[in-house]
Amino acid sequence: MLDEGVIKRTLSAALRTGGDFAEVFAEDKRATSARLDDGRVEELSSGRDRGVGIRVVSGETTGYAHTADMSEDGLRTAAEAAAAAARGGGGGERIVDLTRVTAPRPNPVAILPETIEKAVKVALLQRANDAARAESAAIKQVSARIGDSRRRILVANSEGLLAEDDQVRTLLSVQTVAAGDTGMQTGYETVGFTIGWELFDRVDVEEHARKVARQALTKLDARPAPSGTMPVVIGPGGGGVMFHEACGHGLEADLVGKGASVFKGRVGELVASPLVTIVDDGTMPEEWGCFAIDDEGTPAQRNVLIQDGVLTDYMWDHLRARKEGRARSGNGRRQSYQHLPMVRMSNTYLLAGQHDADEIVADTDHGVYVKHLGGGQVNTATGDFVFGMTEAYLIEGGKLTEPIREGNLIGNGPEVLTKIDAVASDFAMGNPGMCGKDGQGVPVGDGVPTLRVTELTIGGTAA
Amino acid sequence: MAELLDIADRVCSWARDGEQIEVMVGRSRDIEIRVYDGEIEKLSSAESAGVGVRVIRDQRQGFAYAGTLDVDVLEEVLADARDNAGFGDPDEAYGLAEPDGVPYAELDVYREELAAFPTERKIELAMELERAVRAADPRISGLEASDYEDGQAEVAIVTTAGLRITSRETYASIVASALADDAGETQIGWWYSIGREPGELDVAACAEETARRATRLLGAGKPASKRCTVVLDPYVTSQFLGIVGYALSAEEVLKSRSLFADRLGDLVASPLVTLVDDPRDARALTATAIDGEGLATRRTELLAGGVLQAFLHNTYTARRMGTSSTGSAVRSFSTTPKVGPRALAIAPGTTSPAELFAGVDDGFYVQEVSGLHSGVNPISGDFSTGADGLRITGGALGEPVREFTIASTLQRMLLDVRGVGNDLTWLPGNAAGVTLVVGDVTVSGT
Repeated sequence: MLDEGVIKRTLSAALRTGGDFAEVFAEDKRATSARLDDGRVEELSSGRDRGVGIRVVSGETTGYAHTADMSEDGLRTAAEAAAAAARGGGGGERIVDLTRVTAPRPNPVAILPETIEKAVKVALLQRANDAARAESAAIKQVSARIGDSRRRILVANSEGLLAEDDQVRTLLSVQTVAAGDTGMQTGYETVGFTIGWELFDRVDVEEHARKVARQALTKLDARPAPSGTMPVVIGPGGGGVMFHEACGHGLEADLVGKGASVFKGRVGELVASPLVTIVDDGTMPEEWGCFAIDDEGTPAQRNVLIQDGVLTDYMWDHLRARKEGRARSGNGRRQSYQHLPMVRMSNTYLLAGQHDADEIVADTDHGVYVKHLGGGQVNTATGDFVFGMTEAYLIEGGKLTEPIREGNLIGNGPEVLTKIDAVASDFAMGNPGMCGKDGQGVPVGDGVPTLRVTELTIGGTAA
Repeated sequence: MAELLDIADRVCSWARDGEQIEVMVGRSRDIEIRVYDGEIEKLSSAESAGVGVRVIRDQRQGFAYAGTLDVDVLEEVLADARDNAGFGDPDEAYGLAEPDGVPYAELDVYREELAAFPTERKIELAMELERAVRAADPRISGLEASDYEDGQAEVAIVTTAGLRITSRETYASIVASALADDAGETQIGWWYSIGREPGELDVAACAEETARRATRLLGAGKPASKRCTVVLDPYVTSQFLGIVGYALSAEEVLKSRSLFADRLGDLVASPLVTLVDDPRDARALTATAIDGEGLATRRTELLAGGVLQAFLHNTYTARRMGTSSTGSAVRSFSTTPKVGPRALAIAPGTTSPAELFAGVDDGFYVQEVSGLHSGVNPISGDFSTGADGLRITGGALGEPVREFTIASTLQRMLLDVRGVGNDLTWLPGNAAGVTLVVGDVTVSGT
């Protein structure tokens, strides 16, 4: 993407004001999207974003500048702006030698989406639309979207690192609206992987669309969700976002470093039920949050965050790891070249346990079974977090009975982690997610086996 | 801005016979400064620009964009948009906005002062904010962030239908996020101050409010579940209105996704609720004289005394529904024109927040909500969010509460509005806030 000579000269320019560290991050991203709504293929859209972000760190100060002008002049101007922002004590000429980092790519791509005819994409959307509508006359609306992107990045820094990655992601999302006597209900689900067009060799488009249609139809008969605390069983795959919120964000070293996490100073302590082992793993092949290198050039890693209930480590980016004099964990990510990297999750999941999933439900007298979660949000300082249930059922007498309407559940991360009393062996990864932090979105994955929390607050309206 | 117009003119001039083209060119310059512990933690400066091209031919629409203004890329973007247009389904309602004679408002939203304001003083504002928050209360143990940010944005839209217009604006903001510690417990609170240029920012007020929001939650417990009245903070009201605004878009109505479909002329809210979208109101940070298709923005009364008066339209939805655009096309250069509110506001009442609290015998003041994206469904109307705030007993604000949810439906909440404050507050989003009393909400706690 950039000539090595240009990179070296840019890094030298960036260090001219005495910075301790300089970095060039180049990105070239192409994305296409095809959308069907209201029975029509409304829009095909193609986009291209490319540019370079230059970071200079001097002491505690980071200067950053980015530009869409990828010429050597453009890079030098950005380097000077970043250097001026992070003026250090030293200065003078410094030469950087670059060594290429090779990292295994967890995302082999068989068919680049850019090689696929647009007519093929359009036809897939039509099939999804037809299948969802055929499920019932009560399906009043279907929208479907295919999105694919190819993001090539290059990272080089004054420590001599030079690394590149080529990230291809493809997804299909379907939303349905069903109407009945009780009003409208919706279904929504996305399927996607860090792979190419071969996604559609393994995803049955019609079955996916029918499933989303059934989500909406089921909820037409749903009762208002209960209000108050009760046991909650989370289904396999669908509930990983709970851990993303309950402890994931609180284990990000930047928040911990500022005292904005309830998990600060607790490494080595028992912070969860001994049934809980939580991993963040950027190497997980093909998953939505995987990559060969993070956006600072660090190869992706599998990091155990909580082992048998004991907090083992936080997640680290370059800046925070450098400050603490320790290794980074491959969690330095950014939305685009227009953003500074920070500590972010990749694929975060709870390891399988020994319980039998059916027995967990059978052993629950009265509670809620959450089959599918929406997003969530956490206040890392207090640990209070919410997550939405988009498909959930009442458990009565050890059996799933009636569907319930949408709502949030609320709990406190450190408390909820200790209240997990059963973890099943049926681990599954969930759907692709987009995690937002400080105004930046990055793709993430999550997964869980069936598990039970003895007590969570359900934010419904029924007594 | 002449340069942006030139680029847009050039792309438009490449239109072929039978082809309608709309070109949007945008450019922005921003600076973000974060101070931590008396030092600059980060200073980021950036200029970004891009172009989006919409092509309509044979009643089919295609779109492409690029995050650059390089000449060689312009041709590629147009070619992509043209190619994309070949694959969409035809719809006779597709078409560019036609000039409709509505005059563009003269808005005072661009300030020359911003460009002359030195970076050192911007840094000093963020430093001053951090010091002021720390000094505001001994229980403030530190700040997660003390930020200064400003930017200027300019846009040009040129179409083969004869629209040719530019717009530009500036903004500046400070935001503090503070940690309050007491007896081993930590709470977090944040607040901001916004304006068109740094001279309009109020560091002292921002610091005071940040500290108040962080410290007043210390010692919060979890309330018992019950049905009661809640009083929404203006910031929460603005988030609530943003969701209501989504359902008032004609695009959602047309596509059977709005709970307001077929309700024109009906009483859908308490008679206390009059809701207007007026992007020409320069007090709104999102104010603009032009919409995303190049038409003049205008005032639209959506609810009057609780009765549904109108939906928001762009050119496409107006054609489909046999009416005219309300100038409500919203977009950036990287998207096609959608429909949405820009500056929603409930007509303020005559009652002060203190008087509203005094009228609540048993309920909660909600300072902040969480999970709006995960527990609120603007199509079904199901509403459930996490919340924290203060208990209200016998008309007086009492002890802090947290880790509970408030739930109802959007339909019922609008009808259950029992009081509208006189404290209209313009906030960073697309809706203004006001203290709002909502009856009969389910609180879930212990």
